[in-house]
Amino acid sequence: MGWILDLYRSAVFKKYVMAVTGMMLFGFVLSHMTGNLKAYAGPEEFNHYAEGLRELGKPIFGHGQFLWVMRTGLLIAVGLHIWSAFALSKHNREARPERYVRERHQKSTYASRTMIWGGVIVLLFVVYHLLHLTFGTVHADFIPGDVYHNFVVGFQSPVISGFYILANVALGFHLYHGLWSMFQSLGWNGSRFNDLRKKFAVAFALVISVANISFPIAVLTGAIG
Amino acid sequence: MGGTSSATMNLKLHVWRQSGPQSGGEMVTYEARDVSPDMSFLEMLDVVNERLIEAGNEPIAFDHDCREGICGMCGMMINGVAHGPEGGTTTCQLHMRHFEDGDEVWIEPWRSAAFPVVKDLVVDRSAFDRIVSAGGYISVNTGSAPDANEIPVPKVDADQAFDAAACIGCGACVAQCPNGAAQLFTSAKVAHLGVLPQGQPERWQRVMDMVTQMEAEGFGGCSNHYECEAVCPKEISTDFIARMNRDYLKATAKGRKASPGTGQSIGNG
Ligand code: HEM
Ligand code: FES
Repeated sequence: MGWILDLYRSAVFKKYVMAVTGMMLFGFVLSHMTGNLKAYAGPEEFNHYAEGLRELGKPIFGHGQFLWVMRTGLLIAVGLHIWSAFALSKHNREARPERYVRERHQKSTYASRTMIWGGVIVLLFVVYHLLHLTFGTVHADFIPGDVYHNFVVGFQSPVISGFYILANVALGFHLYHGLWSMFQSLGWNGSRFNDLRKKFAVAFALVISVANISFPIAVLTGAIG
Repeated sequence: MGGTSSATMNLKLHVWRQSGPQSGGEMVTYEARDVSPDMSFLEMLDVVNERLIEAGNEPIAFDHDCREGICGMCGMMINGVAHGPEGGTTTCQLHMRHFEDGDEVWIEPWRSAAFPVVKDLVVDRSAFDRIVSAGGYISVNTGSAPDANEIPVPKVDADQAFDAAACIGCGACVAQCPNGAAQLFTSAKVAHLGVLPQGQPERWQRVMDMVTQMEAEGFGGCSNHYECEAVCPKEISTDFIARMNRDYLKATAKGRKASPGTGQSIGNG
């Protein structure tokens, strides 16, 4: 075990961890968004999908078991991602304690410079989102099992919808920098491939945030309800 | 010297002045009068310094040596950009024609925890030397010299090694990086020998040792901002960073550990 801790001291190694866990989280947000598109198919389809999640891995796993395996994996990924994020941010601040009087950014982007803040917004959002639509703790009228109902009622509040929209804009920026960055961190580059990985990042950042933002907007405008 | 423009210009300079490593510093404003557009940026500073000396004041300290863009000594931040506004250029090769009469120019030393300020615009870049000593070598047999061109080197590898070898160690990459990271420098030094057949025996140990030394010196981590690539006077590509990340991962998988002593001789503390 000691050698893992030794490695973990390295910032280069922490970036592998960020990249691999970021890739896992990306896989999750992509599937999550895709699944939620079922909301456009109506209550039956949507509730059926939510129930179906519990049947994943069926002949091997029992009801809801595989879902917990996935959740555990995600939780570990989130934990490692956040741990590395704060360790790297601290390390990077210490490596450049003084700022320039005149600062002119060259190739860095708004997205690349705000990764930690975008991450923190997403983190706060995820905590709220779980209490809202998974556990129902902060939901006005939560009916366990009636996912469609919880979804529609949840988004009828413009304030709550506004927060979902804001968080997904932040997620979009995080993905815009993160999704090509992970290839670089793992050393997956190449002169033809570099252009492609940027396009990949733009495409998936847009698809994920736009689709996620469409849900509260669809409820607020009455397209779903 | 064709196209000599005759009109001189006057600039207002804001320069970081700091008398020694331990003392505090501040931005001080100077007038740079009658600057010829044909002067280099360093020549402009020479003129300012001559007038400072005439008036009995301490001249502005800055590093320089070759003044032809190959030694890497002349680093300074000019208006927030390492080596100033012209891409692919060192400060000594930056000409005043890229400025206009009446411009205000902010001149600051490289900022990074691993590059402490020695005086004014001069910083201590010896951390770079220690990274190079950690892995910048290859093994050769002693005895009679081998025949030239005995080892075939594919053209693409030779070109890549040459691109990496173009690094002059000026430190602009570190200075421009919001994380004070030295990935572009270190990765160029890793690749310089690492892509050549002669560099293969130490390939994995080299990347392990150079990365270890880089981190021990207090440089930051890479957030893929790519600020370094934008200001590198030799336009070295961040592809070398990806290559270093890949090799470091492989070296790790091969169970390589840093050589004894590597990463311990931190000079700047
Ligand atoms: C759905 C959630 C998330 C996804 C999909 C995600 C994805 C990613 C990806 C793919 C990267 C690129 C890794 C690399 O450069 O190799 C990344 C970087 C980063 N993430 Fe996340 N992330 C998420 C949540 C978070 C959270 C909650 C935080 C912090 C509280 C965070 C902080 C960061 C930081 C600081 C970086 C950049 C590290 C650096 O380059 O120095 N992320 N993220
Ligand atoms: S003085 Fe040698 S590179 Fe500028």
